[in-house]
Amino acid sequence: MNLVLRPHGTWVIVLSFIFSFMLSIMPLPIWISAWRPDWVAMVLIYWCIAIPHRTGVATGWSVGIIHDVLNNTLLGQHALSLCIIAYISVKLHLRIRLFPRLQQAISIAGLIIINQTLSIWIYNIFTNFQIDWSVIFSAISSMILWPWLFVILRDMRRSYRVF
Amino acid sequence: MTPSVINSRSLALKMIIFVLLSITLMVVDVRFNYLTTVRTYLLGVVYPLQYLVDMPIKIGQWLSKSVSNRNQLLNENAKLRTENLQLQVALQKFEHLKNENKRLRYLLDSSKEVGERVQVAEVLAVDLERSKRNILINKGKNNNVFINQPVIDAKGVMGQITQIGLFSSVVMLITDPEHELPVQVVRTGLRTIAKGMGTLNRLSLLYLSNTGLNTGIKVGDLIVTSGIGQKFPKGYPVGTVIEVTPDIGKPYAQVHALPRAILERNREVLLVWKK
Repeated sequence: MNLVLRPHGTWVIVLSFIFSFMLSIMPLPIWISAWRPDWVAMVLIYWCIAIPHRTGVATGWSVGIIHDVLNNTLLGQHALSLCIIAYISVKLHLRIRLFPRLQQAISIAGLIIINQTLSIWIYNIFTNFQIDWSVIFSAISSMILWPWLFVILRDMRRSYRVF
Repeated sequence: MTPSVINSRSLALKMIIFVLLSITLMVVDVRFNYLTTVRTYLLGVVYPLQYLVDMPIKIGQWLSKSVSNRNQLLNENAKLRTENLQLQVALQKFEHLKNENKRLRYLLDSSKEVGERVQVAEVLAVDLERSKRNILINKGKNNNVFINQPVIDAKGVMGQITQIGLFSSVVMLITDPEHELPVQVVRTGLRTIAKGMGTLNRLSLLYLSNTGLNTGIKVGDLIVTSGIGQKFPKGYPVGTVIEVTPDIGKPYAQVHALPRAILERNREVLLVWKK
């Protein structure tokens, strides 16, 4: 069995991240914007558990920097939280892969809560901002959408043979 | 999925290095301004993404404009014509006043010139961080936009530029809790500071003592920029006072104002350059 695999299908990964960025800056009505799923974190978690030898902490960090520029937050705010998320999901990738879909969605929600809490906490150090329940809202909507995102990304990964 | 062996020690090391790197970046970003140029170029890099998100909305507007019927267009045309006429009349008067003002200033030996140049910029329909009140416009370093540049709309002051990209820039609105604007009550000349409250359409006027309320400020007063601080030109309308509550327990009264500018749903804004 030939285990020396050359990276293949990088453009699929890049494209999925571009789509997640676009979804995360798409204008939404104010009442629903608290429920916006954390698309970037979800896509990052998917690639970290699917191909942990390629995407990992460094990917999480660079994606986070772009996220910071797009959202006009401190440079490094999302980078820090996303690289920690990437670390946890690479560390646990074998376990998360084996979970049934529902349990997987719940663990994703947990990761997203960690991600949001970290970035709000960092933001709080430098400015004054109350932490509210919106952290939970976006984790819930991400949890609901995770199975669909997982299926879509898995099919893309298989048909374009990303490994 | 391919079987993979991840070296957990090197992974943890990598994580720690990146975490430290982000902490350093954040501290540098907050304390110094070395990173403004980096941000300018990074904003230039991500501009295509923001443009792509904005495009469907722009196309939708264009479509609705091109299929709107003749009657509607005629009505709009008539309305604009009357509005234009009224503005022309006001402008005649204004021209006269401007000349008179110039002459009086000349007589007083005051050399201060009034006059600004404005340029229209378009707001990109893109969401930024939810807790802040920021918007993105499609003019940047290439159009000579500068940091702290005032941004207004047809009705009043909107905010100021806080980040510049190559082709776009970020505007902090006057309702942002971090934004403070030196203002003045037109009727009495009372000076104060309008601070954003983070909520939609509400400004808080600071440092107005309870005792001076009767003479200085009342509900319905117009407030304009006072020009103190040199960042905003003098005399642009900011808002209307809607609430004056004397608070005996505190040294200052609670005074709230409603911004004049349409802050949240504008498509076009004006950038101001001093001449």
